[in-house]
Amino acid sequence: MKEFIKGLWHEHPVFRQLLGMCPTLAVTTSALNGISMGLSVVFVLFFSSLVVSLIKKIVPPQVRIAVYTVIIATFVTIVDIFLQAVFPDISMALGPFIPLIIVNCIILGRCEAFVSKHSLSDSLQDALGMGLGFTWGVFLLGSIRELFGDGSILGFRILSSNYNPLIVMILPAGAFIVLGFLVAIMNSLEK
Amino acid sequence: MKEVLKITGVLTSICIICVFLLSFVYGIAVEKIEINKQKRVEDAIINLAPNAEKIEKVKIDNETIYNLFNNKGKIFGYAFIAEGQGYQGKIKMLSVIDVSLKKLHGIEVVESIETPGLGAKIKDDPFKTQFININISKDIECLKDDPKNDNQIKSITGATVSSRAVTNILNKKINIIKNLVNKK
Repeated sequence: MKEFIKGLWHEHPVFRQLLGMCPTLAVTTSALNGISMGLSVVFVLFFSSLVVSLIKKIVPPQVRIAVYTVIIATFVTIVDIFLQAVFPDISMALGPFIPLIIVNCIILGRCEAFVSKHSLSDSLQDALGMGLGFTWGVFLLGSIRELFGDGSILGFRILSSNYNPLIVMILPAGAFIVLGFLVAIMNSLEK
Repeated sequence: MKEVLKITGVLTSICIICVFLLSFVYGIAVEKIEINKQKRVEDAIINLAPNAEKIEKVKIDNETIYNLFNNKGKIFGYAFIAEGQGYQGKIKMLSVIDVSLKKLHGIEVVESIETPGLGAKIKDDPFKTQFININISKDIECLKDDPKNDNQIKSITGATVSSRAVTNILNKKINIIKNLVNKK
């Protein structure tokens, strides 16, 4: 249980470890994009951890990174194909960022730093915790940016239509600003 | 030597397993993906030309044109896909041109990764509707101010590049289509 909880708060992948910054900053223009990206990462992280944990004993250490990358790429491609077939709209909105999960350092980082040194059940708990931690992180970031940049969350209008949207919040600069504030808040809460 | 064999063997076998897994998943999904793509195009055509009774896909000189027939069985327009470089990536849109080749019935963006909140507005109403019944005897012009002539549109504030991209891609393709249809 300890391994599951830590990813949600104390070792939060986005706000504490500052991992996976590329998708965190790039796709969080709306809350829905954030959730879809988060859940895709949960899927990839969980199954990659499962497979890596099962085969880690037979993989020679010299090629372990290459093997991990092939496994991660396989699951990412499955997610990509699944989204294209079942949720074409989300697949269109996330565009190239789904294939880019392959190089998301949270996944390779967890496989290398945690899964290769821990038991299967600990690894799966860690994967779920880190994945869901990432998901709430990008969802929060996406919601804040959508709220200020468009006046709505998940497409529902929250602020009145008189509200003049702060376009900068949807542009890359807005991602850095919001992330900076959230990391600062997280840090002060941890003290 | 044994070491090398082991490394190569493990890496190769893992790659082979992954390839089989992927081709299996793709085999299940490919049909649905194709249907989704086809549906997006058809939905867009129906949106732009609701009176299309029959849609016929033809290929001329590597260009795909959809002949649109009305309820009397006469061609009243052609649908085509125009794509090109936008601000952040490819913009792909469907457009319906009148059989007279003098006006557009409208455009529908089917694929784009423009900036959400800015360039992504090319998909939305105030911008999109400007192309309905626009005159295409001359090239479409993209202005920053309100349009004066019937071949002009107003660009999106803060997204001039995306707006220009749309008109440039359209103009290029419209000329190709005009030539093809005239040759036919």
